[in-house]
Amino acid sequence: MSHNASRTLDRQGMVARLTTRRALHVAFVYACLGALTAFIVLPLGWMLTAALKPENVPVFTFPPEWFPTEYFNLGTFVDALTQPNEPYGRFALNSLLLASLNIVGAVLSNSLIAYAFARLEFRGKSVLFAIVLATMLLPAPVLLIPQFLLFFNIGWYGTVDGFPAGYLPLIVPAFTGNPFFIFLLRQYMRTIPKDLDEAARIDGAGFWTIYWRIIVPLTIPALVVVAVFTFLGVWNDFFGPLLYLDDPDWFTVPLALAREVTTVGTEWNIVMAATLVAMLPPLIVYAFSQNKLMGGIASVGIRG
Amino acid sequence: MSMQLGDQGAPGERFSGGGVAAPLAPNRRGRPGSRAEERAAYLFLAPWIVGFVFFLLIPLGWAVWLSFTDEQLLRPGQFVGLENYARAFTDDPSFYKALQVTLTWIVIAVPLFLISGLAVALLLNQKVPGMGFFRTILYVPAVLSGVAIAVLWFTLLNSDLGAVNQFLRSIGIEDPPNWFQDPDFALWGVAIMGLWGVGTNAIIYLAGLQNIPPDLYEAAGMDGAGPWQKFRHITLPLLSPTMFFLFIGELTAALVIIGPVIVISGAGGAAGPADSLLFYMLLLYRRGFVEGQMGYAAALAWILTVIGLLLVWLTFKLEKRFVFYQA
Repeated sequence: MSHNASRTLDRQGMVARLTTRRALHVAFVYACLGALTAFIVLPLGWMLTAALKPENVPVFTFPPEWFPTEYFNLGTFVDALTQPNEPYGRFALNSLLLASLNIVGAVLSNSLIAYAFARLEFRGKSVLFAIVLATMLLPAPVLLIPQFLLFFNIGWYGTVDGFPAGYLPLIVPAFTGNPFFIFLLRQYMRTIPKDLDEAARIDGAGFWTIYWRIIVPLTIPALVVVAVFTFLGVWNDFFGPLLYLDDPDWFTVPLALAREVTTVGTEWNIVMAATLVAMLPPLIVYAFSQNKLMGGIASVGIRG
Repeated sequence: MSMQLGDQGAPGERFSGGGVAAPLAPNRRGRPGSRAEERAAYLFLAPWIVGFVFFLLIPLGWAVWLSFTDEQLLRPGQFVGLENYARAFTDDPSFYKALQVTLTWIVIAVPLFLISGLAVALLLNQKVPGMGFFRTILYVPAVLSGVAIAVLWFTLLNSDLGAVNQFLRSIGIEDPPNWFQDPDFALWGVAIMGLWGVGTNAIIYLAGLQNIPPDLYEAAGMDGAGPWQKFRHITLPLLSPTMFFLFIGELTAALVIIGPVIVISGAGGAAGPADSLLFYMLLLYRRGFVEGQMGYAAALAWILTVIGLLLVWLTFKLEKRFVFYQA
């Protein structure tokens, strides 16, 4: 029986076999999926409901309200972004500044490093690459204290004369590469046909030109993946800012949020609005990059 | 940038930034393994080499030295031999409490997250319309900030006013758990928070499930195998490498957990009722960054690392018995 014929038969059979048993199975699957979706979505719905309530309306109700029905007070978000003691708009800009500089650093450094491992021949290459991979296994807790002391002792901490020196430990390491990204980009670059380099070489191009004019443009889908992961990592980072920042003017969103919930007299509608502010950029990035992340890894093309 | 250094030396090793073909003998440029190529390679690697030396190698060596000193945040330390290690085991009551909390957490979290992830993956692998939508929704918590998730769940699980307990009361459960206010339930609160991120493991399992050749199931079906037998004798063995990978990941993550607790306890604050959330890393953070005992905290870090290595080593010893690799 040919493949197509069996498929057609299968499809007819499926309709025929949609007996009670099959219907029950599908109903069970959807019931489970519905429960799971509720588990994920209802907390977010509760949060939105709380954030949309005006100042003097109780946030905690019995029974709980999982979706906004009565109040749609966008002013809570305006308050959360602009209130003078906890201006989440400012914190979001701080987080964005850190994220952008980290993305520049990660894209630049990891592509340079990966290019050397993917395309160039040099002594000690395999040993060095093994070391790169081995650094993934280094125990982070052990490095925590000496790294902190190192940065603290050279003055990369807190705020110095209005300059956020504590940003340096949160930015500079991104410019020295990351083993996961080096590995990812090297794998990707190895799928780019070597004929392209050879042709450029015959035309007299140097390594830098080949890197910048050929490899980088063709690696963009993988670089987008690096940028997205870097953004999510930096935007969501809490421990780094907690260690190195001491001036509330330069706080990031997660740091400010953690400080606010531990202070007394919290206004919960504003906290929930601020929590949504913390969640929104990653959600937007996720919505837009979901297909690119998958498609980017799959599609390898020669341009021109 | 380091690239400008390439301007010296023979023309063959120069980086031409403009991309305009220079009138040079092409065969001199970058033959594999040529000296020009080697020099270029090290320039491209320079960022990594700098980072490796300054942010990893030097701190790693310093970490060993620190653990044998009484270094304080603002006062350089003196060599004290094994005193820090001895203090952890004999003179810091919180040390054993932290070990106990962390090991209990491992026993709860690792099986819970491995099994729930598998169950959800099996569900997501069903062929029903609209599955793409459910997969997208389920992965959402994975991209969100840990602090935001912690703030949200600490609010939801508030014992008096939280939405979860209000909901439980509204369906007739009069005495719901007090979660983070009850030492017996605090870890379970953290576990529920973790379950919200079940999508991450589920997506990894799902990739493993979709790699299993469908004809295996067909053949087993013809031999009269039921759903349970198919799961037990095809799915589980073929998924065991994925499970092993996730096991190592969950184990190491559980060992160093700190995030959700430090958010709510504040930078120097409590660790749940009766220290029920005193995770090992929280103790390390307290001793090091709150109390400034850097030398002692460095020793604590090494003790945790040795425990971690032992557990991972044990896992690899057991790998041969439980993990099945396709020929």
